Amino acid sequence: MIDTLRLTAEEANAMLTQGDASSDEIYRAYLDAIGVRDPELHCYLHVCENDGGEGIPIAVKDVIGTKGIPTTAGSKILEGYTPVYDSTVVERLRARGLRILGKTNTDEFAMGSSTENSAFGPSHNPWDPSRVPGGSGGGSAAAVSAGLAPWALGSDTGGSIKQPSALCGNVGLRPTYGTVSRYGIVAFASSLDQVGPVARTVRDCAFLYSVIAGRDECDSTTVELPRPVEVPQDEDVRGLRVGVPKELNEAEGIEPGVTEAVRAAIAKLEELGAEVGECSLPLSVEYGMPCYYLIAPAEASSNLARYDGVRYGYRADAAERLEMYQRTRDEGFGDEPKRRILVGTYALSAGYYDAYYGQAQKVRTVIKREHDALFETFDALVSPTSPTVAFPLGARTADPLAMYLSDLLTIPSCMAGLPGLSIPCGLSEGLPVGLQLVGPQFAENTLFRLGHALERAIGFDTVPERLR
Amino acid sequence: MAIDREQLLHVAHLARLEVGEHEIERLEGQLNDILAAVSKVSELDLSDVPPTSHPLEVVNVSAADEPRPCLTVEEALANAPEREGDFFKVPPGGTA
Repeated sequence: MIDTLRLTAEEANAMLTQGDASSDEIYRAYLDAIGVRDPELHCYLHVCENDGGEGIPIAVKDVIGTKGIPTTAGSKILEGYTPVYDSTVVERLRARGLRILGKTNTDEFAMGSSTENSAFGPSHNPWDPSRVPGGSGGGSAAAVSAGLAPWALGSDTGGSIKQPSALCGNVGLRPTYGTVSRYGIVAFASSLDQVGPVARTVRDCAFLYSVIAGRDECDSTTVELPRPVEVPQDEDVRGLRVGVPKELNEAEGIEPGVTEAVRAAIAKLEELGAEVGECSLPLSVEYGMPCYYLIAPAEASSNLARYDGVRYGYRADAAERLEMYQRTRDEGFGDEPKRRILVGTYALSAGYYDAYYGQAQKVRTVIKREHDALFETFDALVSPTSPTVAFPLGARTADPLAMYLSDLLTIPSCMAGLPGLSIPCGLSEGLPVGLQLVGPQFAENTLFRLGHALERAIGFDTVPERLR
Repeated sequence: MAIDREQLLHVAHLARLEVGEHEIERLEGQLNDILAAVSKVSELDLSDVPPTSHPLEVVNVSAADEPRPCLTVEEALANAPEREGDFFKVPPGGTA
């Protein structure tokens, strides 16, 4: 009997190599767990009955294209779409023998912070099913927490890997922009989108990153990693300088229980020998969210123009072509993509471009410079990942702006193209609190070292209390 | 800056989105809330700051002009809502 609730990918792989279980037995154990717990949690939009390969299983967010396996991006407009080619990241999983368990739920086109924007219904948080798992990659994060996958791929534009990992109590990495191929991914905001790993441990997260990272000829924005990925071995963080940006740690809306857990973890970092110091990101936090909510919708309005009912996806009945486009898009898109298409089109339209999109691109430079300056003094920055623990389903759906604030603390580093790692650092009101570590571009190894040391020192139990 | 009904319908047309009569009032309110929030970027004087369109300092690259495997016609048409022979079929219409 394989207990998928506690199994890490590393342990599953050890079972396989030591001959304790076959690839099929491990795969079947996860399918069984999905059969038992997914009707309640709705982590998956599609479950594979089988998938080729000799290795251990993995779950893949439904914005990531998979040959022969439906890929909907949580949207009705892609219902029934089955890609005829694999995304590069999935090719790389397959080259290592990894077997896809299924496609995980997401807010429509990865636009959201709770999975409540999914056209196929929300996922539920394994710690408390009346609460959201975060988003947009809530399906991947909830699946890993509930033992419905040993690890998973997510995608992150403004926090869609880190925030759900924080709310579900597992480890998520948003990699440095350009280190992971976007070829075959359903595009949202191309200058921000990055695929990354979700796992139960920092070591699993680092290993999965090493599988997917590196230059891809099919994505000209990718680069080769300047140094190989190091899966952390020990807990030595002596000499690493960690900055605590005041604005990211004291922003309005951060719950006291979140602050308390993160402060305790920062104290542990000092005990472990890291040098901790105060610092400031005065403009990045204040202007990050408005900057993001101009640039991301502008890019989305352009990327989502391809859904026109001509080549793939949903098509509405209409006698005339313009009517066909308009009705296809009206019936196929949900509320949030529509809002973002309208905001983005407006921000890019004649007369408003300079004031909105052009100005936001300049703010982006300011945010990047502010971070660059801090990395002259610090190796990494620490803060909460999310201002709050998992919130109740329905709590923020009526007010788009309240939902947007869920990503207040993850957005600034995304705008600067920086890597960020979220690890669980404790509980508040019985729900997981995520700690965010941000580094300079290509500093994933530093984040893994710090994250691994903290993970060992904290000893957080990633299995939701109600499932133990 | 605020968006009114007429502008909303104009932008929706640019984006080829049909906006139903029942949605207009709600969308107008939500879009104005969002625009008010994002307009905060105009508080900063950034006349001397260059824009960032891409977070990495990379330069354009050209692929070698060599044939590589690509989709077959059947693969390219596999998800077509409607096809005729080797073509995507769409309803008639002159101006769109």
